[in-house]
Amino acid sequence: MPLLEAAGIKKIFGKLTALDGAALTVGENEFHGLIGPNGSGKSTLMKCIAGAEVPTQGKVSFVNTDITAFTPTERARAGMSLKFQITSVLPTLTLYDNILLALQAQSSLFDLLFSRTRGVLHDQVMTMLTQFRLADRAFDAAAALSHGQQQWLEIAMALAGKPRLLLLDEPTGGMSLEERRVTGELLQPIKQHCSLVIVEHDLDFIRDICDRLTVLDQGKVLASGTVSEIQANKAVQEIYLRRA
Amino acid sequence: MGAAKQIVRVNVGGEADVPALERAPTERAIGRKVLPIVEGVVLVAALVAPLLLQDYLTVFATRVVILALFALSFDLVWGYAGIMSFGQALFFGSAGYGVALLARDLDITNIFLVLPAGTIIGLTFALLLGGFLLLGRHPSSVIFVSLGTLTGSYAADRLARGWYYLGGQNGIPSIAPMTVGSYEFSEGPAFYYLVLGILVVVYLLCRFLVRSQFGLALAGLRENEQRIAFFGYKAQHLKAIIFAIGGAVAGLAGSLYAFHEGFVWPNMVGVVVSTQVVLYVLFGGSGTLIGAVIGAVIVEGVSFWLSDNYRDIWPIILGLLLLLVILFRPLGLISFVLGERERVGSFGARPKKTEKQTEKHSLKEKRNAAP
Repeated sequence: MPLLEAAGIKKIFGKLTALDGAALTVGENEFHGLIGPNGSGKSTLMKCIAGAEVPTQGKVSFVNTDITAFTPTERARAGMSLKFQITSVLPTLTLYDNILLALQAQSSLFDLLFSRTRGVLHDQVMTMLTQFRLADRAFDAAAALSHGQQQWLEIAMALAGKPRLLLLDEPTGGMSLEERRVTGELLQPIKQHCSLVIVEHDLDFIRDICDRLTVLDQGKVLASGTVSEIQANKAVQEIYLRRA
Repeated sequence: MGAAKQIVRVNVGGEADVPALERAPTERAIGRKVLPIVEGVVLVAALVAPLLLQDYLTVFATRVVILALFALSFDLVWGYAGIMSFGQALFFGSAGYGVALLARDLDITNIFLVLPAGTIIGLTFALLLGGFLLLGRHPSSVIFVSLGTLTGSYAADRLARGWYYLGGQNGIPSIAPMTVGSYEFSEGPAFYYLVLGILVVVYLLCRFLVRSQFGLALAGLRENEQRIAFFGYKAQHLKAIIFAIGGAVAGLAGSLYAFHEGFVWPNMVGVVVSTQVVLYVLFGGSGTLIGAVIGAVIVEGVSFWLSDNYRDIWPIILGLLLLLVILFRPLGLISFVLGERERVGSFGARPKKTEKQTEKHSLKEKRNAAP
């Protein structure tokens, strides 16, 4: 049974059909790339899976539960996490507090009021920061970070709650080549406990990191398979050539 | 940017020889510095005020302290949780009316009954209105909440004006004084120190609240509600809780106000008082508790002085002053002395080993980076 299964997803905005029966299946501990030309519906599909948009039609299942109508909070509690396309770290808080905020999300109200979980979570906060090479800036405000570092902080926040599925919308947007390489390195170790759906324009990055790919075009799935299958696929080459 | 500057400045003050970047980061670098001083100064000033002021000014000062308590309630809701409540007077005034009725109809004036009663009235009204405005399945918009609270306050004002039982336009006059046993609290130093004591206790409770991990969740709520919902926070519940707490504090302030003034009138639940408290907090500095207190003191103090000296045009002068502060100091007067980093502060009790651990981690980090 796959971890995530989205089938027959249709999303209509007014007169625009953004998604027309798109589908996505992601297994346990699988890194799945979602690619396609601009306007093919990648981000919309991500939003429908994450709960930021409700699909007009179709069904999203996660760990054998129909979550189509779940709110983002309910999805997060079920083990799904999302990194937004636009970085949304909390700029005035320190890196430490950003991670702590993500980690303590499921503490009870009583624990929060009496700050009973901070001591327990401290080591996890520092581990996340170390893992994402931000530990020496733990007590700087997040606003002081470079764009690339903010993206890493955001990935760290999204991973903090130990999700089973992480949705990454353009994690390397605006990054330098070196930062991209490091991002790839940072993401590798999470494969042991987490699946990944990743929307990304940088095809080299996608090729390096993903196990399987789904190609969207005009709101429909054009092809889905392993990286080498997709690379050999004539129709996929066609749309990318057409665009170039 | 501001935060970085602040840290550098603190470092220069502490260990001038060590460049900021080479030092292992510790929480000491962002430790509280200015706030405790400001809080101390305000407290001392408040403690000695009745000794220096003439009697009629002590009465005025008592009113200001009560309004500062009221300002705290709005600051919790807006400054800390980002909920735009334009109807805070609803909770303030309804508690005032509630205790006035207790005193008028049931002869209940015991302080240990009326103050809890006022607090509960504020809490209940805030729960009802907050539940309606904030507890939808999907997050409610800022406009919806601000107009909803405004409407609530306006409607209460109209209701109070039209309802004979509540005294209509005239409100409820000559409320009996608050009592403890046979002692009656009338205007003057005793009443002043009573409300000051209550303000200090509530202030400390609020500080405990906003500096706890719950306060961190509130900060997340204020900065990006959608983001923290995606972490799994029940953002709407958090909002309703803090809104209710704000209502309770406003209710406490309202009941003190009713007994201090000796009467309640429809304005007390209405839009004018609701707006007044917004101004206190914006003027003093939202998102800091002491800013709310200072704002109430200064706005009330300045209007008192202006109305004495410029009888006709004082509201215009006051309005201009408020406008200038809000335009040029959106974080309020407190931001003249308080840096961004310290304003945001840190949350939860610090684990004792933090500093050592941080250094260990950053050493490990350097080792990793070396090859």
